[in-house]
Amino acid sequence: MTIKTVKDAINDALVQSFEEDKNVILMGEDIAGGKGREQYQGTQDAWGGPFGVTQGLYTKFGGERVRDTTIAEAGFFGAAIGAAMTGLRPIVELMYVDFAGVCFDQMMNQAAKVRYMFGGKQKVPMVVRTVVGAGFRAGSEHSQTLYSLYTHIPGLKVVAPYDAYDAKGLLLSSIKDDDPVIFMEHKRLYMTSCEVPDDLKPIPLGKGRIRREGSDVTIIAIQRMNLFAEEAADELEKINISCEIVDPRTYSPLDEELIFQSVKKTGKVIVVDESNPKCSLASEISSLISEKCFSDLKAAVIKITAPHTPVPFSPPMEDFYIPSTKKIIDAVKKLKDV
Amino acid sequence: MIEKEKINWIYKKIFTIRFFEERIKKIAKEKTVPGYLHTCIGSEAICVGVMAALNQDDWISSTYRNHGHAIAKGCELNEITSEIYGRKTGICKGRGGSMHISDFSKGMLGSFGIVAAGPAVVLGAALQEKINKSNKTCVSFFGDGAIHNGAFHEAAGLAKLWDIPMIFVCENNGYAEATATDWHLNTKELSDITKAYDMLSYIGDGNNVFKVYDISKKAINEAKQKNTPIFLEFKNYRFSGQYEGDTQLYQPQEEIDKAKQNDPIKLAKENSSKYGLNKNDLEKIINEAKEEVDKAFDFADTQPWPQPEDALEEVYVNYPVEINR
Repeated sequence: MTIKTVKDAINDALVQSFEEDKNVILMGEDIAGGKGREQYQGTQDAWGGPFGVTQGLYTKFGGERVRDTTIAEAGFFGAAIGAAMTGLRPIVELMYVDFAGVCFDQMMNQAAKVRYMFGGKQKVPMVVRTVVGAGFRAGSEHSQTLYSLYTHIPGLKVVAPYDAYDAKGLLLSSIKDDDPVIFMEHKRLYMTSCEVPDDLKPIPLGKGRIRREGSDVTIIAIQRMNLFAEEAADELEKINISCEIVDPRTYSPLDEELIFQSVKKTGKVIVVDESNPKCSLASEISSLISEKCFSDLKAAVIKITAPHTPVPFSPPMEDFYIPSTKKIIDAVKKLKDV
Repeated sequence: MIEKEKINWIYKKIFTIRFFEERIKKIAKEKTVPGYLHTCIGSEAICVGVMAALNQDDWISSTYRNHGHAIAKGCELNEITSEIYGRKTGICKGRGGSMHISDFSKGMLGSFGIVAAGPAVVLGAALQEKINKSNKTCVSFFGDGAIHNGAFHEAAGLAKLWDIPMIFVCENNGYAEATATDWHLNTKELSDITKAYDMLSYIGDGNNVFKVYDISKKAINEAKQKNTPIFLEFKNYRFSGQYEGDTQLYQPQEEIDKAKQNDPIKLAKENSSKYGLNKNDLEKIINEAKEEVDKAFDFADTQPWPQPEDALEEVYVNYPVEINR
């Protein structure tokens, strides 16, 4: 057992995938850094992406497989699709998910659809690694989560790990997967750590995880929201309220059975999602529960989300924007009394 | 010198495409098939000339105006017509339709309905060829309307920066939808746009199939030899409207009449004796092409419709939960 940060766990999964399969390549903006200054010592592999997640890959595997791109997401996302169709397993880095707009056509209309609309003869085994999340004082265009944007599209898979264990196991699976996968990494979780076995096996997509067993209230937590759910559950335990925390981990496919089982057990549900509320994972999961588990419910599902606003910059406003431990505690208390 | 077999192939394909598209125009008028239809009357020489320089396993991308590319690349006529008719035995099992005729097993990466989606995808296939030290030629077809789109420019920039020997084939047919090319261009020649990428480019007569073939063949060799992308602009005229049903009021009659003097089919016929085809040879090829096209449309008409639930198939390679919950 080794303690790993999410950042290192992702790097490990990338290195392992590069070693296992020569068809795995990586493309993105400054995923190495230092292009054009090769003649100077110490310039190469200077960044490893803005969060240093891919650092060392260029040095270890070379520029043929680890390709710094121009700031041209539509160009290299499209290239990943063509490369994937013809035998490679490209991983592309979308520096921030907020940049989805400049290459959304490639994911929505090409990556997601070529298998279906061209008669099932092709597959597109590519992974988009991208950085999501508020709480970094990064402003409106570098802080969104946008989970539901991709989850909405048939043909795409969406993965959002919370801890280092899941980050490594799910990334290994995503790279081996034959469908296009959006792999979302939360910037506020990169430096969090947990135990990760060195020989961790790939974790199948579509399998959620019970992070904490409990009997009174089910908290379904999306990615970083697991942190607040845990904090809330710890507090509530002190007053003898038992919370069950469900982390779906992947949003397409979604482990509906795991959610339904927990709902049957507690009959009281809170969904916590850092995204904006309209047409969100929170509203999707809430509607699924109402549809499939109506008779098990003792109260209406409570959704805790960001407000219907862009992510604000200033700390008091941004902290208000993000769902909090306190909001979860209040909601659980409200449900407990039902 | 072109070998006899290739000349016959070129003639067969160019007539097949023209007959095919004329038949499409007919069924469009009769409103007997579902969906949007885009024909390529006027582009036959480009489709056939470029494809004559390729092997069947070379990679191409096409657009919503793809019938000619698909036919020239070797897709089965019966499967193309069945697809256009929306039948289960269509080339895409009825899930694509006229705008998405594509057969991966014939080297087609896709026929995209989004303008300028193809070049970046072909760039990726060509990158794969480079990384795997393989040598398949990679060609992206697009129209003059695509050259203002960012995705084209991003692909062009990366192709040059990464020394990728792919071929950009721009069919400059005079119109981007209902807008004239001479109005939408900011440069004197369309291919001048590649100057920003210091990319080799050649302009050719897109009405003369043999000139297209010759330029394409040379460009493919040069691109591979110099390890660089090359942009080919073939000038022709879009006799078809943007789509079937287009009133084409924006295309002046005198312009159409003038363009007809250089109709690629007319030129091919005029050139036939020069390429060793006598009148009988030509007639035989024309009759065969016509017959095959007629047969394919008759075939499509007899084909079964897909079951409604077939819509749920092949969205993913693997999906552990039911698609239609």
